[in-house]
Amino acid sequence: MTAALTLRQVDCFYGDVQVLHAFSFDLREGEVHCLLGRNGAGKTTTLKTIMGLVPAHAGSIMKGETDLTRLAAHAIPRTGIAYVPQGRQLFTDLTVAENLEIGLMARGKGSATRERVLEFLPALKDRLRQRSGTLSGGEQQMLAIARALCLEPDVLLLDEPTEGLMPSMIARIQDSVAALRNQGVSTVLVEQRVNAVLSVADRVSFMENGRNRETVDVERLRGDPALVRRYVGVG
Amino acid sequence: MSRIDGKSLWLHWAVLIVLFALNFLLPEYHRGVVTRVLLLAVFAMGYNLTFGYTGLLSLGHAMFFAAGLYGAGLTIYHLGWSVWPAFGAGLLAGIVLAVVVGFLALRTAGVAFMIVTLMFSQVFYLTTLYFTTYTRGEEGLVLPVPARTLTVAGAEFGLTDPGTRYMTALALFAVVLIATAFLVRSSFGRTLLAIRENEERMRMLGYDVFANKLASMAISGLISAAAGAAYAVLFGYVGSGFASIQYSILPLLWVLLGGAATTLGPLIGTLLTFYVIDTASSYTSAYMLLLGIVLILLILYFPRGIAGTVRERWLPWLP
Repeated sequence: MTAALTLRQVDCFYGDVQVLHAFSFDLREGEVHCLLGRNGAGKTTTLKTIMGLVPAHAGSIMKGETDLTRLAAHAIPRTGIAYVPQGRQLFTDLTVAENLEIGLMARGKGSATRERVLEFLPALKDRLRQRSGTLSGGEQQMLAIARALCLEPDVLLLDEPTEGLMPSMIARIQDSVAALRNQGVSTVLVEQRVNAVLSVADRVSFMENGRNRETVDVERLRGDPALVRRYVGVG
Repeated sequence: MSRIDGKSLWLHWAVLIVLFALNFLLPEYHRGVVTRVLLLAVFAMGYNLTFGYTGLLSLGHAMFFAAGLYGAGLTIYHLGWSVWPAFGAGLLAGIVLAVVVGFLALRTAGVAFMIVTLMFSQVFYLTTLYFTTYTRGEEGLVLPVPARTLTVAGAEFGLTDPGTRYMTALALFAVVLIATAFLVRSSFGRTLLAIRENEERMRMLGYDVFANKLASMAISGLISAAAGAAYAVLFGYVGSGFASIQYSILPLLWVLLGGAATTLGPLIGTLLTFYVIDTASSYTSAYMLLLGIVLILLILYFPRGIAGTVRERWLPWLP
């Protein structure tokens, strides 16, 4: 299976503090790959480093033949990577429609893309004129994903999309991630909830102190709860 | 992205019609004041694009106004150019300076950006004082009356005539107001607003934040220079005072009072400040004290500026 994204020996610092230590992992095409680890393990930093929002001091991040570490942050989404950050990061004073349009404008996409996105997440159709700051947490998460999909990505980075959501909404988010996989989108999913990981992920990388300790298939994880206990401390 | 809606468009036309009518209704003195206000409101509109819509607090916009002023004034005074080419020279000076300063200053943010823009502006100000042979520094240059003649389709208009001067200022104001109204509702305008809200969010969506900010600075510099160039040809005076820090602080004040990121706020803020000072100074020499009291009251009751607060509380459609 070919890799949609490959990180090799990536080092990353916040000031003098090293957060990622020779971090490596592969995202295969069409898979959902989960990064699991305790708080401070470097999961969000990994996503930010892929997006160029935090510079990589060493190593490479390859998408096809392109080394993303050589690109400016704003050029990385143009390679087909979209990022849904923790906390959604919507433009809360703008309406749902305007948030989507900012996503569409970013890569010059038009109404056809917008229609496709709204077909994929139909709950937003009735909310288009509503200010995004007034949406529920789950709807805001849907909108954040929809805005990312307006970029028509082939790689999607999701940072804790189910955080703080009620169970019914978590299920809908998980369904959306699974549906995206069926459409061929490769996803890096950062999650704290082990159940969410088991239901949607194909493979899991355990992160500890900025290192990738182990990458396993999700079947192995189901059969070996001790793995989760070792790296995450629950399970 | 959404275009300017009908109500907003009508409001802008209504404002322009009222301003047109004032040319025939106002006494001579007030017509002169409003002429000046219209030009400085254009300057404030230019500043509003950078500060209000893009969130860049520049303390150096006097240099763009003065670049237009000197670009037009020096070419008329020393090279004998006529009004249109001189106005063009003013615009060119403003946009070139804005691109160069923006290219360097936009590598900083926040307080550093304020200091860097202030520093560049002071360099410009000191340059006008240094080359007194050409600029006559603070004393300034008075442009010859015959050179201040505007030719439009073969017809000649003397810009020393108060009526012509008012209408010329209004024409520039109208063009900039309508252009700004459309610009801020365009995709570009929305992008600037979103950058103001959160730069990193825009970067991760694939927007070149630096290029958009630079474009905002360039357009802002162009508009400010247009105001400066028009000021030179309409009032016939070019002096270093217009490049001083006072003219960097004033547009900030006008925009804050009128309402940042509103299309009509710059006009409201400029008009209000002028008339508060004008009225207060006829009663007391401590007129700045009265202006201070008015500012405090406005901040208390109109925290987002007049147009900004009206939009927030009563008229959400206000542009």
